[in-house]
Amino acid sequence: MMQLNVNNAVRAVDAEADTPLLWVIREQLGLTGTKYGCGMALCGACTVHIDGVAARSCVRPLSSVPATAKVVTIEGLSADGSHPVQIAWAALDVPQCGFCQSGMIMAATALLREKPHPTDADIDAVMTNICRCGSYNRVRAAIHAVVSGKLSDAGLSIQHIDGSTT
Amino acid sequence: MNASRRSFLKVSAALGGGLVLAVHIPQLAHSAEVSENIPASARPPEVNAWVVVRPDDSVIIRIARSEMGQGTLTGLAQLVAEELDCDWARVSTEYPTPGQSLKRNRAWGNFSTGGSQGIRQSNEYVRKGGAAARLMLLQAAANSWSVPVSECSTRQSVITHAPSGRRTTYGAVAEAAGKLPVPTDITLKAPSEWTLAGKRLARLDTVDKTTGKQIYGMDLVLPGMLNAAIRDCPVFGGRLNSFDDKAVLAMPGVKKVVRVGSSAVAVIADTWWRAKSALDALPVQWDEGPHAKASSTEFAGVLRAGLTQENAVVGNSVGNAKDTLANALRTIEAVYSYPHQNHATMETMNATVLWTPARCEAWVPTQNGEAALTAVIDASGLSADQCEVYKLHLGGGFGRRGSTDYVTQAVLVAKAMPGTPVKLIWSREEDMAHGRYHPVTQCKLKAAVDEKGDIQALHIRLSGQSIMATVAPQNIKNGKDPVAFQGLNPPGPEASLCYAIPHLLVDHAVHNPHVPAGFWRGVNLNQNTLYVECFIDELAHATRQDPLALRRKLLAGNTKPLAVLNAVAQRAGWDKPAPEGVFRGLAQTMGYGSYVAACAEVSVSAAGQLRVHRIVAATDPGHAVNPQQIEAQIEGSFAYGLSAALYGACTVKDGRIEQTNFHDYPVVRMADMPRVECIVMPSGGFWGGVGEPTIAVAAPAVLNAIFAATGKRIREMPLKNQSLRAA
Repeated sequence: MMQLNVNNAVRAVDAEADTPLLWVIREQLGLTGTKYGCGMALCGACTVHIDGVAARSCVRPLSSVPATAKVVTIEGLSADGSHPVQIAWAALDVPQCGFCQSGMIMAATALLREKPHPTDADIDAVMTNICRCGSYNRVRAAIHAVVSGKLSDAGLSIQHIDGSTT
Repeated sequence: MNASRRSFLKVSAALGGGLVLAVHIPQLAHSAEVSENIPASARPPEVNAWVVVRPDDSVIIRIARSEMGQGTLTGLAQLVAEELDCDWARVSTEYPTPGQSLKRNRAWGNFSTGGSQGIRQSNEYVRKGGAAARLMLLQAAANSWSVPVSECSTRQSVITHAPSGRRTTYGAVAEAAGKLPVPTDITLKAPSEWTLAGKRLARLDTVDKTTGKQIYGMDLVLPGMLNAAIRDCPVFGGRLNSFDDKAVLAMPGVKKVVRVGSSAVAVIADTWWRAKSALDALPVQWDEGPHAKASSTEFAGVLRAGLTQENAVVGNSVGNAKDTLANALRTIEAVYSYPHQNHATMETMNATVLWTPARCEAWVPTQNGEAALTAVIDASGLSADQCEVYKLHLGGGFGRRGSTDYVTQAVLVAKAMPGTPVKLIWSREEDMAHGRYHPVTQCKLKAAVDEKGDIQALHIRLSGQSIMATVAPQNIKNGKDPVAFQGLNPPGPEASLCYAIPHLLVDHAVHNPHVPAGFWRGVNLNQNTLYVECFIDELAHATRQDPLALRRKLLAGNTKPLAVLNAVAQRAGWDKPAPEGVFRGLAQTMGYGSYVAACAEVSVSAAGQLRVHRIVAATDPGHAVNPQQIEAQIEGSFAYGLSAALYGACTVKDGRIEQTNFHDYPVVRMADMPRVECIVMPSGGFWGGVGEPTIAVAAPAVLNAIFAATGKRIREMPLKNQSLRAA
């Protein structure tokens, strides 16, 4: 049994030491918001935070994550989807199929912690997650909207059921 | 009744009771909603097949098509709600099951979700479903007040009898409404009267995709469930000879190693990671079969020979192109090629199956629920009434999930564990090795031009793979694959060549490799449009005409394709110089019933580095149900189409696909993605699709811009294999 701190809860997990953190999160802890896409750290669908830094969990052996490390998954980003990045994502209808979006959101939140005012070049350099549906331009718009605080700047004019328009 | 309670009931019914679902699975709840296993008293009133209204006035709209990112769930709900006249803020959706549809004489029509057909094929009957439900609710209220229905009206789920001032709500009369006969004489609203359809409404399924709550097929957890990893013979057409399960049975969590069909082996374990680890360690012997030495290079030679062979299937013929070409003063010709490509959905293929000798249930992220059910029936050895499919959200489809190979596998695996649900997940490597690939083709185009530069004749010879030969050989009539000519067809409502050319011949020399083909988002429109639009650009330059002017001339009087082309040219500023170092290219096409055009702006550095700066794209889909989602589809089409143009190639060596993951099958990422300016310009009167047509103009617009920038005409895809360095 190994100890893992995920979303501020310390859990005992029963897995081989070389099991990737991704599969411990998904299969032992039942947190399926973190996705498997490639298993080679190429696509970013498995992105979580380890001590506040974005990490591709599909290539992180369980043994490399000490019990003292704080792992945060999409489920732990906020209790109710109220993190500013999640709000912007929802307001601008960023996801299409959505499978990559947990990883996108975790990568974006880590970027904004590191660089609160990222340039387009910063976004290009850090947001290397793959989205096959092609949500990239809305991802970019949502990151800028988080920074500016003005969701309507994206110019999408999306009508929400609460009567607001973003 | 809440979702988890219904889910519990469903699984209890399936397993004979005693089991509790581990997670909240809305789709299971949906299927339970219409399940005969649930007593009628526990179900909210169904007004008709499409509409359920709960006593609290919340509305559930049933959607038969699959949501895979394209927004059809929201768009179809908008159309039903428009006619139902309900409160949009109280609308949710659910999937009926294919099994229930079968029992109800296909009450929900076609489940197949492909060919950009979700809305254009079903808009009429789903709107009628909403309108019929409204009339039934209205009638039920009139009956309860004993007043003529003509004196009652609806507005946002409220029914009013104006003469008496009485009011009631949909929820209050839904049960009575459901007992009334379904009206058939229905007049639909004119699009000009729409208040929900046509609006830029937010999607209904976004929030759960931002919190990790959305359950995809791969995320399903059932009580006592095991997991399986699979490997199919890497050479298509090969067989599984043997495997040594003793080598892995002692590994942690491993339960069983099973032969799957004639060509695959799967390891079943408690977790998928353990199943995959054991599969990686499993010694396997293959019989690689007759194609063990096949290669892309060898097959390219077959296709090349097909470009000049005598016999070919004719798809479009006007006048006498062959004679005109033979007697022409000047001819221009070019040969293009387009490779195999994998869909590479972000979520790899998967399905979960519970098999017992008496019943088989499958939970599948599928684009075609009815085809999945057929696969379950066939593989399970059970009868139709013993089988059911529950659709789960798809982590991308793009055509791949219309096939059911992975469903069949999952059933065969689960049959080895009677009474225990098994989730089969493909690794990315398995997904790359066993796709249903974009067909491989080459094309020779030959034009006769007169002294004025007018095109007198054009022969388009396709040589290559037929998708139907893999997917539905019964649809090939007299050797003709009807979808092979997408974008090259005679005038019609689907996928026509819009250019007026006096003498035209389009024919197809069919040559099928051993690699299976499938419908790959955009399908044959992709390469056919590339061939035509790049060649038109070649003809424009060869005859010293402006590429826009030549297209306008060839489209003279053809208002719809002209309108999107002109809109793009105007927004892009075609008549003004591009920014320093930036060059433009155009493309247009007609497909999936819609008219699309694009202008790409690119630069190419001296070292040959391409950058796509900006795309202007216009679409006329006839009617636009949700313009902000159409824009999302247009943008996404450039990500998909540029992935194909820049990087997409699956090559064959020793009978197997060489690419294994995203390192050797790269796709467009954020840094590659251009700015996309969308012009959605519905002209009304027809219904076109929006998920696919724009993909076809992505590559040719960029290739034509590259020519403008470098003078290099790229005729072999993808671009990663070509040097753009200045000569």
